[in-house]
Amino acid sequence: MTKKSAAIGNEAPGMAPTIIGTRPVRPDGIDKVTGRARFGADVNLPGSLVGAVFRSPHAHARILNIDISKAQALPGVKAIITAEDLPVISEDMALINNQPPDFRDLSANVLARGKVLYEGHAIAAIAAIDEQTAHQALLLIDVEYAVLQHVVDLHQAMEPDAPLLHEHLITKGITPAPKKPSNIASRYEQVHGDVEAGFAGADIVISEEFTTQPVHQAYIEPHACMAQVAADGQTDIWCSSQGQFMVRAYCARLLDMPLSKIRVIPLEIGGGFGGKTTVYLEPLAVLLARKSGKPVRMQMNRSEVFKATGPTSGTFISLKIGARKDGTLVAAQGILCYQAGAFPGSPVRLGCMTAFAPYNIPNVKLIGYDVVVNRPKSAAYRAPGAPMASFAAECLIDMLAQKLEMDPVALRLLNAADDGTQTAYGVTFKHIGYRQTLEAARQHPHYSAPLGPNQGRGVASGFWFNIGGPSSAAININEDGTAVVTTGNPDIGGSRAAMAMMAAETLGIPYDRVQVLIGNTNAVSYSDLTGGSRVTFAVGMAVTQAAQAVIEDMKRRAALLWSVEPAEVEWLTGNAVLVAEQKQLSLADIAGQAARTGGPIAAQANINAQGAGPGFATHICDVEVDPETGHVKVLRYTAVQDVGKAIHPSYVEGQMQGGVAQGIGWALNEAYLYDENGRMLNPGFLDYRVPVASDLPMIDTVLVEVPNPRHPFGVKGVGEVPIIPPLGAVANAVARATGVRLFDLPMSPPSVHKAIKKAARRRR
Amino acid sequence: MKKHIQMQLNGQSVEFLCETSGTLLHALRDSLQMTGTKEGCGSGDCGACSVMMNDTLVCSCLVLAVECSHADIRTVEGLAAGDALHPLQQAFLDNAALQCGICTPGLLVAAKALLDKNPDPTETEVRYWIAGNLCRCTGYDKIVRAILDAAQRLRGNASVNELQP
Ligand code: FES
Ligand code: FES
Repeated sequence: MTKKSAAIGNEAPGMAPTIIGTRPVRPDGIDKVTGRARFGADVNLPGSLVGAVFRSPHAHARILNIDISKAQALPGVKAIITAEDLPVISEDMALINNQPPDFRDLSANVLARGKVLYEGHAIAAIAAIDEQTAHQALLLIDVEYAVLQHVVDLHQAMEPDAPLLHEHLITKGITPAPKKPSNIASRYEQVHGDVEAGFAGADIVISEEFTTQPVHQAYIEPHACMAQVAADGQTDIWCSSQGQFMVRAYCARLLDMPLSKIRVIPLEIGGGFGGKTTVYLEPLAVLLARKSGKPVRMQMNRSEVFKATGPTSGTFISLKIGARKDGTLVAAQGILCYQAGAFPGSPVRLGCMTAFAPYNIPNVKLIGYDVVVNRPKSAAYRAPGAPMASFAAECLIDMLAQKLEMDPVALRLLNAADDGTQTAYGVTFKHIGYRQTLEAARQHPHYSAPLGPNQGRGVASGFWFNIGGPSSAAININEDGTAVVTTGNPDIGGSRAAMAMMAAETLGIPYDRVQVLIGNTNAVSYSDLTGGSRVTFAVGMAVTQAAQAVIEDMKRRAALLWSVEPAEVEWLTGNAVLVAEQKQLSLADIAGQAARTGGPIAAQANINAQGAGPGFATHICDVEVDPETGHVKVLRYTAVQDVGKAIHPSYVEGQMQGGVAQGIGWALNEAYLYDENGRMLNPGFLDYRVPVASDLPMIDTVLVEVPNPRHPFGVKGVGEVPIIPPLGAVANAVARATGVRLFDLPMSPPSVHKAIKKAARRRR
Repeated sequence: MKKHIQMQLNGQSVEFLCETSGTLLHALRDSLQMTGTKEGCGSGDCGACSVMMNDTLVCSCLVLAVECSHADIRTVEGLAAGDALHPLQQAFLDNAALQCGICTPGLLVAAKALLDKNPDPTETEVRYWIAGNLCRCTGYDKIVRAILDAAQRLRGNASVNELQP
């Protein structure tokens, strides 16, 4: 199947791609620059109520009593729900296909059951005739708590006498299983080769400890949704999420409903970055709509977004690498501890798997711990788990380069993973382009540009798996030969354009004759959510296959019209051609006579896409550090990435630039700050500072294209890799600019200033 | 008690009722169904709600609706003249200056305010002017390029200026 698609995609003689690789305006562009596009908070039904959530002011407390009577008595209040209104999920219903999330945890996260585990934890929800009434009613809810000792610090949470979040949590992954509960949810071990022997053969060993802070995905659109329940229980949910089928499945399981009773209508999504791969408000809106008999719309404010959704894990990472005098890496070892938030499930495993993946190291042993703390449950954030681990690993590689007085790119080239390299986590790489990114970085003018005083240049690399998975696409051919592509995946950054381009290229028709629709859960077959850098790869593969099926049908129909065998008909640039008789019918010609050849023309492809190509990137970052204030200014930034094949290069560049900006924020500014009561101090954009335009330079991109032979056009996922290298690249640049290395993120002005002063004192 | 407000919205006289505590943002989105203006924070920190009020760029989440009595309000919906896009809108499309697009309305309004004042801004001037408009998707590169591109188009083609509402 894939071989055939490769031939149609870009290998058939005389059929060089004409659309792939160009930069047309995206199909949804006009709607998005005129204000017409409808995002999560933009739908409203007549007579709808406004929902609001009552949240815990405490980081850790037992709920003794919830009194809703006063709120209920307020005129205009139409429904109030608590965890009592959620079905109890039995152990055998906790997982779907043995995969996370654990729905008992998810249920307790959307509405606290018995205990609140973080400030902002939802306890009750209200639907009222307007926002004012809803907020007034929130003030009338009376909850009695027994406040418990809390723990937000990772190290403290791992102590044997730490306050326990879950009294029955026994660490998984240890045999024999511990007898006592703890906050360590699981232990993961990854062993490759023999680290003891590896380190014994090392001439140089470097080891360090690193910390990173939780950071939020900080999508600009807060979570928002609207739900309506008909008298027969038929439920409609309008929402912005990374996957309408995910929302349907999660709500069905949480509310104990059959999937067929729920229709999820995807709206435009104002950023997600992994943070909208779960549900918060949707099940509450459904319950409120059911209870009140009216449509209910809900929207979080920014403080709720910070306190009760996302972020990604804060971490403690202790790593050690060993190398020979010539720079050859021989061993790596370490411990990675990741905060999961209030419920188990940090991406620590992915951190272990990705940390050293760019390198060919024969002996690696990494141990990961997943630790619960009184903070919001962590959610996926772009390449979940990888940036922190890579930050630690890439700092060590840079320190090794400094010690050996080697060029950091040359050191990486010496150890670079290639096709055939077996990774520490198991797979053997194929068709990878890591080495090519290093070569391109080394040759880039940026790499040899002169630097001024207080300036430094850092380099770092990164790896991300990328995924495929169940994906669907349908193509309808209109009577005039134009096409409508329907997929089940929200367009989070221009994927409609990529889908239209692949369909147009395959069909051989102009780009502007293709429309793309994101279908609701009743209108299109199941597709995994938009995430894992999978859409252009996997859904693109489905679109291409659907287009190929259309072509086969077209040939059959043309053969009918010409009274010849379908095998005699060829498809060339949008036309059915009968070479022998020099006859030709365009797609529009055939579509116009569809009634004569069997009726409407449509095709569908439902696949489980395999063969996602791993992504590698190498970044170069120049900074200038103000020794007086410790302020770090990013002066110049170049991101080099193997993208397989860029379908729409502008949106590929955009992914890279956006990932870099988020990585720079992570490295320099962003962090969750807590007071002594476990309450977040900076739940707003004023104090949780994401990079603004004046913080950043232009971000140069270099697209290396080592095609993925498993995709019809050579695509590899591109969205996640770019957030991985910036943490290390910025840290390495700061180290080279100041001569002082920082091991803790964020490298905010006070901490950089302190480190510089401390080093100066030591030199005296 | 609700207040009755009359104002000019994109050159059109409109009326609505609002609570005294209601913001212009809510009046636009909820009372007038003009949802092009977005809410990202409600506290003046993200710029998604940027609109022009009497020729001044404001965060509509920080303006009370009752302050807008007889005011001249312009939003993203008023940028294009019929189906002719404003050069800024076209430049955003041509430069792929949006990914998710939630920040786009605010950025377009803010950028127009800049170019109306300063038709030939430097990159640094653009970056500082839009520093109040957060975009989490793009890293700003293509947004800055789009604004500089639009500025050039507007300077080079006087007739385009006449299309501005
Ligand atoms: S919503 Fe007004 S500045 Fe963010
Ligand atoms: S394009 Fe998504 S926030 Fe700017």
